[in-house]
Amino acid sequence: MSEFLGTTPAIVNLRVLLIGAGITVAVSLAAIALGFAIAAPVCAARLSRHRALRGAGALYVSIFRGVPLLVQLLVVYYALPFVGLELPSFVAAAIALGICTAAYQAENLRGGFLIIPPGHHTAAHAFGYGPVQTWRYILLPQALRAAAPALVNEMIGILKASSLVSVVGVADLTRVSQNIVARNMQPILWYSMAAALYLAINLALAATAGTAERRLGRGMARVAL
Amino acid sequence: MSLDTALLQQYAPDLLSGLRLTIEIWLVGSAIALTVGAALGVPLTFARPGLRAVVRCYVEFFRGTPLLVQLFLLYYGGPRIGLTLNAMTAGLIGLGLYGGAYFAELFRAGFSSIPAGQLEAARSFGYSRRDAIRHIILPQALILMLPPSVNLLVIILKDTAILSILTIPELTFQVTGMTLETFAFVEPYLALALGYWLLVELAARLGHAAEHRLTRHMVRA
Repeated sequence: MSEFLGTTPAIVNLRVLLIGAGITVAVSLAAIALGFAIAAPVCAARLSRHRALRGAGALYVSIFRGVPLLVQLLVVYYALPFVGLELPSFVAAAIALGICTAAYQAENLRGGFLIIPPGHHTAAHAFGYGPVQTWRYILLPQALRAAAPALVNEMIGILKASSLVSVVGVADLTRVSQNIVARNMQPILWYSMAAALYLAINLALAATAGTAERRLGRGMARVAL
Repeated sequence: MSLDTALLQQYAPDLLSGLRLTIEIWLVGSAIALTVGAALGVPLTFARPGLRAVVRCYVEFFRGTPLLVQLFLLYYGGPRIGLTLNAMTAGLIGLGLYGGAYFAELFRAGFSSIPAGQLEAARSFGYSRRDAIRHIILPQALILMLPPSVNLLVIILKDTAILSILTIPELTFQVTGMTLETFAFVEPYLALALGYWLLVELAARLGHAAEHRLTRHMVRA
């Protein structure tokens, strides 16, 4: 028994921790992608000419921004089985994170569209652009560029919020570090390691996003400071 | 689906005590966060590069890692360095330090958005640097900072739910307990959504009122 409880070599723990970090990245990316897929129609509804659609979009945003994410996770994980839908914890977690971040992403996108002066629409029409072309070449590039910094912040937010999926049993970075601490009783070391890994992933994400933002802005005149 | 009102009545005391605790945690946590934010926001904007870098490290750490991991570090790691805290104290301190990093950045943004010429003008009128920050920069920055501060307070409110993981019996904890005991699902979560929604709405209303009052001397568009 004492052998069983003996300390696991640090290198093994480190490897387990890195696998956990991989799960954290995977669940976050899945959530961000799903979130964007939901956010686009929600944003379109919020900007719609029809009052009912605008109301529905606003309701979605207000519900999912108004309730704590932890609660949304618990609802998706524990409630869906009641209606006969049993999902693996990873999928349930990704869905819960995704529908929550969609509300924030939709608002960021909407902010991006709001800064486009209405004249652009008229000008595109005058130049003979069809509705699809106007969207593709005039509106979307500008909106995405304007919304990009806020969307990146949201991604970093989701990466950190993904630590909550440990509560519904996903073996992410937080859960794995908890397990390691439960075995070897070195909370400071391993929770600090987990924190450092989160920080590293976030810094990498921010750096990548910086490059992407410059790429999105490459058609723009730069303001000399 | 009909609501089981008897169930809600039975659990009303638990739910109300949870709501009360959530409000208390929110108020105390926000107060700590505001204090930490103000204390760090000033050096983050005005201090020498060396001190500024130290404060920057604090802000990056607390904004770059999940609150849950910070709470685990404090609550489970604390005793190893002679810092044994009960769940409530650890939760409040954790929430305060976390929110404080966000408030510090908010204060910095507020201070930075006041043109440097104002500080120079105040100095040439004989204000000391300290008095200029206190009487010229701060009042203007506060108005700018109010709307994002209300957002941040709402975020802190929602983050209080995470403290349930440290077994603090606030609203989320009580509601989860209720679902586990009764297998009822709609009633507890409805009560929970209502509770948080009420508090968010209250924060937004108070924020608007404060904004109106702070800008009462200004020309309205």
